[in-house]
Amino acid sequence: MTCESPSRPTWRSYGTDRRSTRTVRVRLSAVLVTAAVLAVLLVPPLVRLDQQAVDLGARLLPPNWSHPFGTDDLGRDLLLRCVYGLRVSLLVGVVAAFTATVIGTVVGATAGALGGWVDRGVMRVVDTFSSVPHLLLGIFIVALFRPGVWPVVVSVALTHWLSTARIVRAEVLSLRSRPYIDAAVSGGASRWRVAVRHLLPAVLPQAALAAVLMVPHAMWHESALSFLGLGLPTHTASLGTLIQGARGSLLAGQWWPTLFPGLFVIVPTLAIAGLAGAWRERINPRRRSELML
Amino acid sequence: MLELRAITAGYHTKAPVVRGASLTVAPGESVGLLGPSGCGKSTLARVAALLHRPDSGTLLLDGEPVRSWRHRAPRAQRTAFGVVFQQPRLSADPRLRLTDLIAEPLRATGRRGGIEERVCELAASVGLTPDLLDRRPHEVSDGQLQRACLARALALRPRWLICDEMTAMLDASTTAALVAAVEDYRATSGAGLLAVGHDQVLLDRWCDRTIHWEDVTGRTTPTTGRLPQASGRRQPSVVPPAGER
Repeated sequence: MTCESPSRPTWRSYGTDRRSTRTVRVRLSAVLVTAAVLAVLLVPPLVRLDQQAVDLGARLLPPNWSHPFGTDDLGRDLLLRCVYGLRVSLLVGVVAAFTATVIGTVVGATAGALGGWVDRGVMRVVDTFSSVPHLLLGIFIVALFRPGVWPVVVSVALTHWLSTARIVRAEVLSLRSRPYIDAAVSGGASRWRVAVRHLLPAVLPQAALAAVLMVPHAMWHESALSFLGLGLPTHTASLGTLIQGARGSLLAGQWWPTLFPGLFVIVPTLAIAGLAGAWRERINPRRRSELML
Repeated sequence: MLELRAITAGYHTKAPVVRGASLTVAPGESVGLLGPSGCGKSTLARVAALLHRPDSGTLLLDGEPVRSWRHRAPRAQRTAFGVVFQQPRLSADPRLRLTDLIAEPLRATGRRGGIEERVCELAASVGLTPDLLDRRPHEVSDGQLQRACLARALALRPRWLICDEMTAMLDASTTAALVAAVEDYRATSGAGLLAVGHDQVLLDRWCDRTIHWEDVTGRTTPTTGRLPQASGRRQPSVVPPAGER
């Protein structure tokens, strides 16, 4: 206690210079994430405009007052399409990242806590899956189903639990040799109780952080799969399908159908990653983070 | 009777830490095991507490050979041992308050009623004041945390206490208090004690008999050899000699 109190102010004063830029970054990220979530939640019920409304008289209009982002090749308003696309991409990102983290945590914790042949078997499966490029594996899984939101979610989730499983297993292995686990065994705790009471609470902050960091990654995968024409059906607005549909007009000099959906992919994902980075610094202030995507 | 016969144990089969160690603790007896650091006495203590499976050798508990260790051991058998480790920081789950830390063995073995009273009783017996019980491990000192760890080890009224360098990190007054708490418990329960340490003065005063590591393994430790005997002038110790208690 006594030796801790003087060290804290030292750490703080050391950090003040960099804190200002960090704080700006974190606040900006928070504002952007909040704006994106509010737009996605509030625009569809409140704004009575049809995102699919085709107006062939207003094809490929550049940005103007009535269409701030311009219109696409069928005369649909791009701002509205982008918001609906972000809605789909965020949904896919959050659900897929959460599912992947749950799978990874359960598998990693089981392997680490049980050890022995269970551990070896599970980790060989993980190695096998990891040896295949995950975008390729994702394409394979998506191709098994009809185009839609859920195949994309399944594909991203099934290809992204591997790293979480590795991290959680390594963490559990290092925790398992701590004397407090010995003390719990000696105190009559069952394997299940040791896992639930001592091991899982210790890895959950890391796992939750991994989930948040995975949301932007999953959104990118959704965009990539849709861009390749494998993910969502083309009439469903997602950021990937929007960019894919805009390829032709980009070559003809119309930049807005590509630029705005592209910004809608990049800005929210960077904002989420910025928030996650700040959270990681809170969990472990000694490790200064860069953006890990 | 706790009897270790020709125990060989370690973390790699090819390079065991302990080779052929034998040791006996009678019920109610206190045995001090003295050895230099790194000789394997902690590993032997973990074997004795059913926390580490030896590569070979037999552990006899009341005449019955023990066949399973850790979670495979029957719960009644592993809870017959109360274990206190050297470093309280590592032996306490950082997320649990001291109350929960002490109550954990009671909850893990499914005892529902009277947990609060039992925790208060245990805390008092190791000299923890009630205001400390709501704190988490990082909010108390090493000595206070080690008291909580001792209380946890006593929670299930073990028949055997294994203290692995319990007082190595602590100051003299806390050492005295902890040793006194262990002895109080042994006086009422008749539990046997295996105290592992490197402080000969402390172990000589604390235990009925003190044995050296090379007597346990039957050979001198190649790196360090026998510890210098405390001869003639003994350092003053805060713990009264075994006979005077």
